[in-house]
Amino acid sequence: MRSKNLGQIPGLAEKFTKEVSLEVFKKMCVARFFELNAKKAYEDKQINIPIYLSLGQEAISAALAVSFPKPYIFAQYRSHDLYLAYGGKPMALVDELLSKPTGVAGGMGGSAAFHGPDIGMFGSDTLVGDHIPIAVGFALGKNEKTLATLGDAAAEEDYVLGAMAYAPQKKLPILFVCYDNDLAILTETKVRRSWRVVDVAKAFGMEAVEITDDPWLVMHHVTQLSQKLPAVLNIHTVRHLWHTGAGTDGPPEWNRFQMVKDEFNRLGWAKEAHDIEQSAEEEVKGWWTKAIAEKVKPQ
Amino acid sequence: MTSAEKIREITRKHLAEGGVALGQCLTAVGWVGGTVPELTEADGLIELSIADVSNGGEAVGLALAGRRPIYIVRYQGFLWYNAAMIVNYAAKSKAVWGVPCPIFLRAIGMIGSGPVTGGSQHSLLTRMPGIAVCAPMTPGEYEKAWDYFMAHDDPVCVSEHRFAWPIDYEMPDSINERADITLLAISATRLNAIVAQKTLAADGITCNVIHLFWLKPFVLTDIIKKAVCSSKYGGIVLDGDFEGGVVKTIAFDIAQGTGVRMEVLALEERTAGYAPQLDNVPPTPEKICAYVRQLIKTADSDKVKP
Repeated sequence: MRSKNLGQIPGLAEKFTKEVSLEVFKKMCVARFFELNAKKAYEDKQINIPIYLSLGQEAISAALAVSFPKPYIFAQYRSHDLYLAYGGKPMALVDELLSKPTGVAGGMGGSAAFHGPDIGMFGSDTLVGDHIPIAVGFALGKNEKTLATLGDAAAEEDYVLGAMAYAPQKKLPILFVCYDNDLAILTETKVRRSWRVVDVAKAFGMEAVEITDDPWLVMHHVTQLSQKLPAVLNIHTVRHLWHTGAGTDGPPEWNRFQMVKDEFNRLGWAKEAHDIEQSAEEEVKGWWTKAIAEKVKPQ
Repeated sequence: MTSAEKIREITRKHLAEGGVALGQCLTAVGWVGGTVPELTEADGLIELSIADVSNGGEAVGLALAGRRPIYIVRYQGFLWYNAAMIVNYAAKSKAVWGVPCPIFLRAIGMIGSGPVTGGSQHSLLTRMPGIAVCAPMTPGEYEKAWDYFMAHDDPVCVSEHRFAWPIDYEMPDSINERADITLLAISATRLNAIVAQKTLAADGITCNVIHLFWLKPFVLTDIIKKAVCSSKYGGIVLDGDFEGGVVKTIAFDIAQGTGVRMEVLALEERTAGYAPQLDNVPPTPEKICAYVRQLIKTADSDKVKP
């Protein structure tokens, strides 16, 4: 059963320093405002390619970037947040979405298949989940810390399961993180399968944990699992917008961004959080305004 | 040195230099026909699980990690599963992201053996931009394929044939300035073309035999042009893959480049069975000879029609 509270540990936020918590929040804000600006640019027809927005799941990426630093990264579409959280160049991603040659993949990758060479993030060809075997092969060849993210639908690809099963056989230093929004486009998980990712992962011989997308909870488990790689973290989250495009089917089941702000209020850090949010909003808006103005500039 | 020994030697050297070779059941009896050195995973010889589709992706990942993998697919029919990520990722990686993804794909063909594993299936790989495809049969050609791979950063599909393994000689083109027809042969059909050439010579029919090494990119050389243009009855391209595959692409390129009508002989457009009478094998010498004789007969009878 999906839950915004799954695995919650009371008082966990207090176990992290204020600096760490605010760092995570800043990454969440940047990703969130980036996606809101991308949404607007898409609606204004400034973006003319399919887009896969990560709005709603940014807490996971922000927490990963802080608790699992400097891995090689294999992700797929809906990964703008991950790219930004790990320090990808925001303007290069803006330009990529605007189909400019100055984009991070020169316009070849778009929203679905961009990459991040500066942060060790490999591109994806967008065939659902095929970056997982590629990540496993990479970890086998490099024997260095590797992060492989996927969605709950990708987990059903036969080749994903085959590759995940091979990782413990070779004791690979890889962390699989499933962003489980419960949807394959609009088909719910319960319609598609009767098994859980963590159960399969455990059967393969890996450590596996299923939790909700509370960033402190994510950091807590990532820190633990990092010592037991390969491992799997399945995280319930909510996709606020459509699978592709900028539309919405109504209010999200939960809003982790607001829940994190509520937690900051409880911790007495509301002012700091507010300042970070405001600053991020302005900064990100500036990126988009500049890039769009340059795009429409007459030659 | 045989082709099998050459492949083993190349692999051993590559592993000693930090490369890897991977595949399923490599250490089984025979070590893939003696083409794989008897080494261990510590040496870089990686045994994969039987997850065919995943395995192709793992080869791609090893390439991204800079290990220049030799990926061994023991039957070309298995390419349909094993090649998915090689054609969709490795072949596109440089174009999309500027990131090279060099894989040396050893796809091993054979004759017969039922509806799936038998025959060559290299046409599948020729359909995607960004990957080179060749079909070596001799030790020298195998070395040429390897040298190309190491000098470039693209994935290369090597359509290898079990019939190549015992070959310990080179196979130069055989060209006669006044030939009746030119046979352009791919992979194991080259052996049959040579036999057919001898048989037809006894009938007074002179054949050129040109050995096609590169399937993609296919280069229409002056040698091919000259041989085809000077042949009285044009040319036939022979292949052990299906007749609707790359054999027709090559025949088309030659026809376009020479203005000469080209024919193809390859696996028939039907599914093979295990029973010998239901098999679907590459054109035999007898079939090639019969086809050539009929071609000549038809062309000559057309000439005398009013």
